[in-house]
Amino acid sequence: MLTIKNLHASIEGTPILRGINLEVKAGEVHAIMGPNGSGKSTLASVLAGREEYEVTEGEVIFQNKDLLELSPEDRAREGVFLAFQYPVEIPGVSSTNFLRTAVNQVREYRGEEALDAVKFLTMMKEKMKLVEMDQKLLSRSLNEGFSGGEKKRNEIFQMAMLAPTLSILDETDSGLDIDALRIVSNGVNQLKSKDNATIVVTHYQRLLDYIVPDYVHVLYNGRIVKSGTKELALELEEKGYDWIKEEVDSKATV
Amino acid sequence: MSTLIKQDLLGELLATTGTGFTTVRAAGKEAFQAQGFPTNKSEEYKFTAITKKIEQSIQNFAPAAAFELTAEQVKDNVFEGFEGDVLVFANGHFQPALSSKINEVEVSILTEKTDLAVGSIAKPEKDPFCALNQNSFEGGIFISVPKKAQVQKPILFLNFYKANAGQVIQPRVWIEAGDFAEVTFINHSVNLSDSPYFVNKVVEVKGGLNSQIRFYKLQNEGKNAIEVSNIETDIQKDGRFTSVNISLSGEMVRNNLSLNILGSNSEGNMYGLYLLNGKSHVDNHTNVDHTVPHCESNELYKGILTDSSRGVFNGKIFVRQDAQKTNAFQQNNNILLSEDAVVNTKPQLEIWADDVKCSHGCTTGQLDEEALFYLQARGIGKLQAKGLLLYAVAGEVLEHITDESFREYCIAKVQERLGSNF
Repeated sequence: MLTIKNLHASIEGTPILRGINLEVKAGEVHAIMGPNGSGKSTLASVLAGREEYEVTEGEVIFQNKDLLELSPEDRAREGVFLAFQYPVEIPGVSSTNFLRTAVNQVREYRGEEALDAVKFLTMMKEKMKLVEMDQKLLSRSLNEGFSGGEKKRNEIFQMAMLAPTLSILDETDSGLDIDALRIVSNGVNQLKSKDNATIVVTHYQRLLDYIVPDYVHVLYNGRIVKSGTKELALELEEKGYDWIKEEVDSKATV
Repeated sequence: MSTLIKQDLLGELLATTGTGFTTVRAAGKEAFQAQGFPTNKSEEYKFTAITKKIEQSIQNFAPAAAFELTAEQVKDNVFEGFEGDVLVFANGHFQPALSSKINEVEVSILTEKTDLAVGSIAKPEKDPFCALNQNSFEGGIFISVPKKAQVQKPILFLNFYKANAGQVIQPRVWIEAGDFAEVTFINHSVNLSDSPYFVNKVVEVKGGLNSQIRFYKLQNEGKNAIEVSNIETDIQKDGRFTSVNISLSGEMVRNNLSLNILGSNSEGNMYGLYLLNGKSHVDNHTNVDHTVPHCESNELYKGILTDSSRGVFNGKIFVRQDAQKTNAFQQNNNILLSEDAVVNTKPQLEIWADDVKCSHGCTTGQLDEEALFYLQARGIGKLQAKGLLLYAVAGEVLEHITDESFREYCIAKVQERLGSNF
């Protein structure tokens, strides 16, 4: 589904990603872990199409399409979804109006008919249950005055509405208490199928108790330096990232 | 150089004195001659070189005469679904045959009466254009809403402008609402000519005790309109006056809006939106004068500017020593979408009372790129995402329009502009 080859990206001339290789197949969950500043969020942002990052080398193929050629909105319409680390508060734009515009633009791109108000509301009510969203939140401006947990739940709710093929969760667990974490993870798990895939970007192993990955990759200095199964995450939890840094740094000096 | 052209202007404009109001016009002339046309040194017109613009664009300073309009033209320019009454004007001259007969409301050509004090609310000494209008207004309209009348349907002023031999249009409006009266006015102008014209309009509104007056204005006349408008109202005890001003185009527009709060427990609201592109220049000068205790004023003006357009906002709030327990709020927010768009914003508060709540704030910024990316990342096209974000700014002003058909019309116009490349 997704093939990343030798991806290099920089921001304002500073290289952050220095040759990422990753293959994600339908039905899989990949966790990307790593110390702060290793490039995890940059990778998520580059995949979603954030303009500040400049891709200097490499390619990203998503379902036989060159992802890097597409605008952020077209990536979303093709089925890429980024759950933001810091969802943006947008005063004056109602959550419902925003979602309806988004859902219908995605449908239009896919050659599907726009949903009328009734069908849209029915769908919304159904998906809200997934993350136990309070309907009152949706009558407010988008994310405005939402608590941290409500914002993250709203991300997963939007994900449910847009039914992406590839979901990238950027530090979705940060700042969540255990109840919110359970609700959010539960939502993600229910949306999982054999046809879609998930990339979970996280600093902590805790989230992976709830969203169980098939593969775990460790990102350090802009490269994937180690890959393994969920046991690798437990090892990282126990030993921290220092041993990986040492391993990589010693190799580099040899 | 400037003086020479000014003399020409003066000569022609001051020579044209319409019928009646000899004393009133003489006072206007005197006040104008004392002030003269504003120059770049006039503090009140520092950012709006209106005199220069008039000199450059207007060739013939004679009044633009009334002209023939058809019922068809009137019908075509009334908003879809509008259920109110329509008053039609051709270059400021009232057209009774094309206008509605309004229940309960007296509408007539402005003529001298003993208890009618034209120029007593919009005083000619305060602004040279106000004085000029008082000297040489043409036609003029008198509207009186009787005591306790609840005029349910809004009254639409449909102003058709067309430069003919002359290019100067000076309408004058006198509105009075009796005690406990309630009424909504909508001002909409339609430009029928390609040549530039200069509109210099004065509206005086005399509110009664506990009266509720709403005054909405949509400026969308096109690229060659030069307009100065002076709207001033006296608000009496328990009264409420609400103004909503939407400016969507204009070569150079200056709006002077003044609220005189004269009775306790009254309220004045001023809302404004300016959406400018090309070389449009819109200047909103507002003034609220709190003279008595226990009153409130609210002000919110928002601007979205692109290309090399220019916006000016100047908001004066006076709270006099007697006006204790005043609540006065003012806010002006601007978004600049291009390098060359400019906004000059200036809040000006003078507070002489010590037990008041007053706040003001102004911001000028760009479109929030992070918010734009967030919307795009959900599949919303860039242009539409921009439109959504900008509409969020504009909507806060438009929601204060109570008449549904007019509000919907404004929303559609604004969305059309914001959803395109502006």
